[in-house]
Amino acid sequence: MTPDLHLWLIPVLPLIGAAINGFVGRRLTRQAIVTVAIAFCGASFAMALYVALRFSGLAIPHLETLAPWIRAGSFQADFAFYVDQLSLVMLLVVTGVGLLIHIYSIGYMWEEGGFYRFFCYLNLFMFFMLTLVLASNYLLMFIGWEGVGLASYLLIGFWFTKDSAASAGKKAFIVNRIGDFGFLIALFLMIKHFGTLNFDRVFQFAASMSVENATAGLLTAIGLLLMVGAAGKSAQIPLYVWLPDAMEGPTPVSALIHAATMVTAGVYMIARSHVIFERAPTALMVVAIIGTLTALFAATIGIAQTDIKKVLAYSTISQLGYMFLACGVAAFSAGIFHLMTHAFFKGLLFLAAGSVIHAVGGEQDMRKMGGLWRKIPWTWATMLIATCAIAGIPGLSGFFSKDEILWRAYQASWAYWLVGVVTAFLTSFYMFRLMYMTFAGEYRGVTSDHSIVQEQAPARSRPSAAQAHHGIHESPRVMLIPLAILAFLSIVGGWIGVPGSLGGSNRFDRFLGPVFRATAPAVKPQHAAPGETAPPEQTTEGLESHTGRGTELAFTGISVFAALLGLYLARLLYLRRPALPERIAAALNGLYAAVANKYYVDELYATLFVHPVVEGSKHILWHGMDQGVIDATLDNSADATRHVSDSLRHMQSGNLRSYAGWVAAGAAVVIAYMVWTGTR
Amino acid sequence: MVPLSYYLVLSGVLFACGVTGFLIKRNIITIFMSIELMLNGVNLSFVAFAAHWHALSGQIFVFFVMVVAAAEAAVGLAIIIAVYRTRETLNVDQVNLLKL
Repeated sequence: MTPDLHLWLIPVLPLIGAAINGFVGRRLTRQAIVTVAIAFCGASFAMALYVALRFSGLAIPHLETLAPWIRAGSFQADFAFYVDQLSLVMLLVVTGVGLLIHIYSIGYMWEEGGFYRFFCYLNLFMFFMLTLVLASNYLLMFIGWEGVGLASYLLIGFWFTKDSAASAGKKAFIVNRIGDFGFLIALFLMIKHFGTLNFDRVFQFAASMSVENATAGLLTAIGLLLMVGAAGKSAQIPLYVWLPDAMEGPTPVSALIHAATMVTAGVYMIARSHVIFERAPTALMVVAIIGTLTALFAATIGIAQTDIKKVLAYSTISQLGYMFLACGVAAFSAGIFHLMTHAFFKGLLFLAAGSVIHAVGGEQDMRKMGGLWRKIPWTWATMLIATCAIAGIPGLSGFFSKDEILWRAYQASWAYWLVGVVTAFLTSFYMFRLMYMTFAGEYRGVTSDHSIVQEQAPARSRPSAAQAHHGIHESPRVMLIPLAILAFLSIVGGWIGVPGSLGGSNRFDRFLGPVFRATAPAVKPQHAAPGETAPPEQTTEGLESHTGRGTELAFTGISVFAALLGLYLARLLYLRRPALPERIAAALNGLYAAVANKYYVDELYATLFVHPVVEGSKHILWHGMDQGVIDATLDNSADATRHVSDSLRHMQSGNLRSYAGWVAAGAAVVIAYMVWTGTR
Repeated sequence: MVPLSYYLVLSGVLFACGVTGFLIKRNIITIFMSIELMLNGVNLSFVAFAAHWHALSGQIFVFFVMVVAAAEAAVGLAIIIAVYRTRETLNVDQVNLLKL
């Protein structure tokens, strides 16, 4: 008998917090709201830690059924929770980073209206995200999946009186629906062919099927459709467009939902479905190609952005691309490893960016910052650590996870590796560009913050007048402590998975091993990309023997060199020769404009999809169908009835003799009819 | 021998006169007489058919109709007198309220 860990409490605790704040939060003081939100989120984190402590004593996967949900014939889906190494990692990341961001939000949101609403949504998000992570079947996972989408929508549109925030929320929601559509079809296929959505049964079925090498069959279809869902949620090409707009939400939301946790749900889902993907090489290849392209594409856009949060948003998309690349070359544990380190350093980057925005009174344009490092040293220091981590400076967490991904990508195809290295260079470049523009040089904003606030207040997200009048200032301690903890995690987070080539034993990979290797297909799927060297799902240990440590070290050296080159270039362009970027931009006129305008993808989508849908809906569905057919039918039949009735009304005059006349006329008609039929 | 159709035509004409008088006249007494005319038009067709088919039931019907018409005349004239006493008019269009 396995111990009952009451796993259901982990998601339900934040739900209780959300309910309290949502229903009675309006009447509570800010202190009480914060206490409720942090207490329930913290309790959830404590439960996750408890599960982690008990983990070694559990039979993996550990299943707990709370209550039956759907029983229809042989189909069965329960409120059941599933813990294995993968869910445990996700659980700790979500609750841990979530708790830190909750704490940070206290300081960040203190001056804002709708304080209780914010924490209610945040707790609601935690509930759905934990449901997603802990679900033991795809249906429950889908509930969480939709729920985080809802929470994301609510939080992006948190400042709903601002038009851009409201429409960004809608955009995120609608783009996600496209992905969810694919996910749903995949679920229907599973129900049809496997008759179940429970993870263990689905994986059993899938494991018994052979690898679809030459022909694309059921598993490929399911895999591709799941990938559509994952691309929507995790902002991959072609569905990434919602994520940059999602930066309209409060910065802690961008950190929690749009960097650390929710957007990684797609990676988690693909890693969770690895049994299916391992047997569908075509789907896996699509995952890898989309991931690679997204990584590069988003990184190039990131170079030319001037909004501090937009840079981070494109960076998130790019890093998610790395994770998809890892999953696509069947290096699922490397993907999850990067997911975890990314949650630390990208969460930190967003929180630090929030602290910067806070400090300069709501300004988000990096061109109006500069020289801030003396004014806000703590924010500067923590952000520097995170930047080094994401850029892949050796010794920090991002270095290990990115190196692992690049190495595994190389084993699948040199093309993936090359794009990955270029992206690493670009990442390093735009991140250090951000650092130099924000913190180095001279302050370029208006010195008396008064005018900034006056001028930006309607457009910017937080016109909190109270802070603006104090000048540039360091954030309160409640915001700095989460920054410090995340900075610490960004430094050490990588050391649990030091790749073998660097003298480590890659404990992270081995820890996740039972999840990903137990069900690997007997026949290794051959990766269809060119320049292939080794079957992708061999273990790191296995590869050491025939590829050698030296090669791997050389590759590590190349990626470190790429990172340093990015750093150097950013330093050259944005610190030493600040006039140079403008000259380069002028020289590359068209290209620069394209990049700065995000390759006009939003405009393209607007022309291709949004405009036709809006116009079609307006002219065909609204004016044509709704007004022309449905409304017209109703209106005209009502009109006709009214007119006929109006004329019949005169029959009922109340005059007895006119009734008698009608009777006589009726009798005459009947008689005439009878005479006519009788004489015919 | 007068053919049946003659009687029937005469009966129809009488009935039609009755209906027309009933519909267009406003004097209560004239309307009352129109009703008698209709009844007698029907009586005539009853008798004509009875003679034609050599069946007595038609004749019996006519007696019943005459009895009912007599009773009706008695009650009706009494009502007319009552109406005239209270309203001092015999115009039906002015007697369309139950309440005074």
